[in-house]
Amino acid sequence: MSTSPAPIAVSVTGIEKSFGPTRALAGADLEVGAGEIVALMGANGAGKSTLVKILSGSITADSGTILLNGKAVSFSSPSEAQAAGVATVHQATDQAGAAGLTVAENLTLNELCGTGSFFVSPRSTRKRAREIAALIDLDLPLDRDFIDLRPAERQLIAIARAVAAKASVLILDEPTSSLSATEAERLFAVLRRLKESGIAILYISHRTGDLAAIADRAVVLRGGKVVASFAKPIDFSAAIAAMIGRTLDAGAHAGTVSTAPVLAAVRGARLIPGARPFDLDLRSGEVVAITGTLGSGKSRLLRALFGLEQLVEGSFTLDGEPWLSNGPARSIENGVFMVAEDRWASSLLPPEIPGASIAGTIALPHLPRWFPLGLLRETRERLVASEAISRLGIKARGPDDTLDQLSGGNQQKVVLARWQAAPCRLLLLDEPFQGVDVGARADLIAAIRNSQSGSATLIATSDTEEALEVADRILVMRDHSLYEADGSQEGGLAAVIGSVESAETRADGTGPAS
Amino acid sequence: MTDHAASPSKPASTFAETARKYALFVLLALMLVGFWSAQPAFINSANLFSILQAVSVVAILGVGVSITMSAGGFDLSVGSVAASSVMAASYAMVVLQMNAAETLALVLLMGAMIGLVNGLLIVRVGVPDLLATLSTMFLLAGLQLIPTGGRSITAGMMLPNGTTAAGAYDPAFLILGRGRLFDTVPYPVIVMAVVALLAWFLMERTRWGRVFYAIGGNETAAHLAGAPTKAYRLWAYVLSGTLASLGGLIVASRVGRGDVSAGNSLLLDSVAAALIGFAVLDKRRPHVLGTVLGAIFVGVLLNGLTMLNAPYYTQDFVKGVVLVGALALTFGLGKKKR
Repeated sequence: MSTSPAPIAVSVTGIEKSFGPTRALAGADLEVGAGEIVALMGANGAGKSTLVKILSGSITADSGTILLNGKAVSFSSPSEAQAAGVATVHQATDQAGAAGLTVAENLTLNELCGTGSFFVSPRSTRKRAREIAALIDLDLPLDRDFIDLRPAERQLIAIARAVAAKASVLILDEPTSSLSATEAERLFAVLRRLKESGIAILYISHRTGDLAAIADRAVVLRGGKVVASFAKPIDFSAAIAAMIGRTLDAGAHAGTVSTAPVLAAVRGARLIPGARPFDLDLRSGEVVAITGTLGSGKSRLLRALFGLEQLVEGSFTLDGEPWLSNGPARSIENGVFMVAEDRWASSLLPPEIPGASIAGTIALPHLPRWFPLGLLRETRERLVASEAISRLGIKARGPDDTLDQLSGGNQQKVVLARWQAAPCRLLLLDEPFQGVDVGARADLIAAIRNSQSGSATLIATSDTEEALEVADRILVMRDHSLYEADGSQEGGLAAVIGSVESAETRADGTGPAS
Repeated sequence: MTDHAASPSKPASTFAETARKYALFVLLALMLVGFWSAQPAFINSANLFSILQAVSVVAILGVGVSITMSAGGFDLSVGSVAASSVMAASYAMVVLQMNAAETLALVLLMGAMIGLVNGLLIVRVGVPDLLATLSTMFLLAGLQLIPTGGRSITAGMMLPNGTTAAGAYDPAFLILGRGRLFDTVPYPVIVMAVVALLAWFLMERTRWGRVFYAIGGNETAAHLAGAPTKAYRLWAYVLSGTLASLGGLIVASRVGRGDVSAGNSLLLDSVAAALIGFAVLDKRRPHVLGTVLGAIFVGVLLNGLTMLNAPYYTQDFVKGVVLVGALALTFGLGKKKR
């Protein structure tokens, strides 16, 4: 790593950070040269986001040193980091600017908020905004409200601002996760220009397609340490092996072709106008994962099955009967359950609310059937919760603990327990491993796989590795249509990743799924 | 609790929790003792029941407010509904010559209908809760004046069309506000107790209450768990409107005429009661027991201060101080950061 040709822009040595008993970073070392694009890879919980937060000043390290252009620095706030020339573009693009302000105002936001002149006129703002936009060849209507911009456009605004602020280090946290292929291509073009101008870029992503396109070097983080570093041309299967800490093998459960009766079927489904229609059969006892990028239509299919959205065309059947739900109530009555993504927004209650305990959370959708007369019997709720706590290994003091006291993985176990507390026919899980650590993920996978008698499970995940670990069969969603993953039968993580990647870049399909 | 200063950190925080939980009960007891020692006449059944009678309407309206709050809404129209109910009850008896039973049914129905309109505005039309109930509040404040041309309603009053009103208050109706059970317990206190008990049971012991709170806590989560959230929110406003008109009926039967200024402070007082209730038992959410206790707390304080010859105009100031203190207790003071 010390042989980078360019001067070192930022160098991190022996950074440690603990959150309570959890060691997020255990002595991480990293260098990024000026004009170099370094890909930071790592599984969930490897410490990527902690490292980014330390570099961008959101949190401070417990120990270790950061050298910026040769000088030791320590940031106690994001604005200090910015002033020192470290700019960060976060994954959540709604924070990249201020809604209600125009593109021009957002581009000049740093100057409006501090260093600029006291008087601003629309004319001077537009003039300055045009100069800033020109830095990265950004071509956007300057009068458009930030809130009407697409994520890709918001990101570019954040990058333009960083460049205008004379950043010497640019950190991009999963920048392409919500971008289309053309948008990503445009982003890469901008990044290559910045690289030419000598900016050091730290690029966080687990999409190997992106990394192959732009990274000069890949650094793999695991367990809070840098475990490997790969120079160009990057060997991605070795990088992924380093990431997950073992060699690539076939999916844990793939390979056995189910002959059970078809439980749920999708026929000629068109998710959005103009998308290619597709079919899908879910057999009894089967766990099927759909992978693909954000916005490819995975959630939309799940939501349509659950009755939150409607298909443009096509139909569903459940146990041979036509199935069309008008909403969650009807779906739940019929044994079609969904765990939506983002569990705090979609499933959990704030702690001061009655029923925010583990017992209450599990009971919420089942109240009408458990207590038809209306009178609550908390012993019944607690009994179900205690059983779930011991069966799923939920780390809690008891059924009355509120969910905010639990870790992400344990929260997700409670949400899963909710839907295992009643007879289920079709279980829909949208990103069930979001914010779940590796250990809890293994428990969740075991729980999902063990509850499979007589029901089918459909999982949407953008993480191919997760898909391989949990599913009997993996399908790839691309442009709102479903495709069989290349070679998922004979196995190989690389094969599935390959088909996800090709799904992102290719326009033609490989044939409809089952 | 005696040696909390010496005990290590864990029990100390438990003590702080316990203290916060029962703070309002302790303060209430201290107030009772304090007023009693300053003015022995404070503690006798007549005065205590007169306090409860004075707070009964505020408590009943506050229960309605806390039900809408628990479902994530806010009913600003309760004061106007109560005031309109006073006018409607008077109009029904004095002008339309209805009897007590008909009047009760009519006014309660009117309250429920207003609640339904509020609810429909909110869940069907999509007007935000505060704005919808603010506009019905205005609408009712004006509407109640129109039938009588802006004047109070009394027996034998001159109507806008020049004739004289033929009816009068039904004596049976007046019993509601003026009568006492066994010559001791005023009927409004009994109504308050029954309303509080039923509402407490609904909100804390049935699945319907659980869903009200779930909707207030996270409407998306409640919806995805299969709860008919719109129907629940509609019902919350219907309940709130009905309870507000019940409060109005009690005012009418106590005053015995349709006073245009009746119910002026009812909205703020009932909202304050519901908010003070957040601090009771450290629940940090609207709840029926807290609301009733909040109303009683303010009632005791005002009654005691009046006995000690505190001027009338300090009342709102005192209520404000109590509210600020209770909310600081609820949301800030010594609260453990999670």
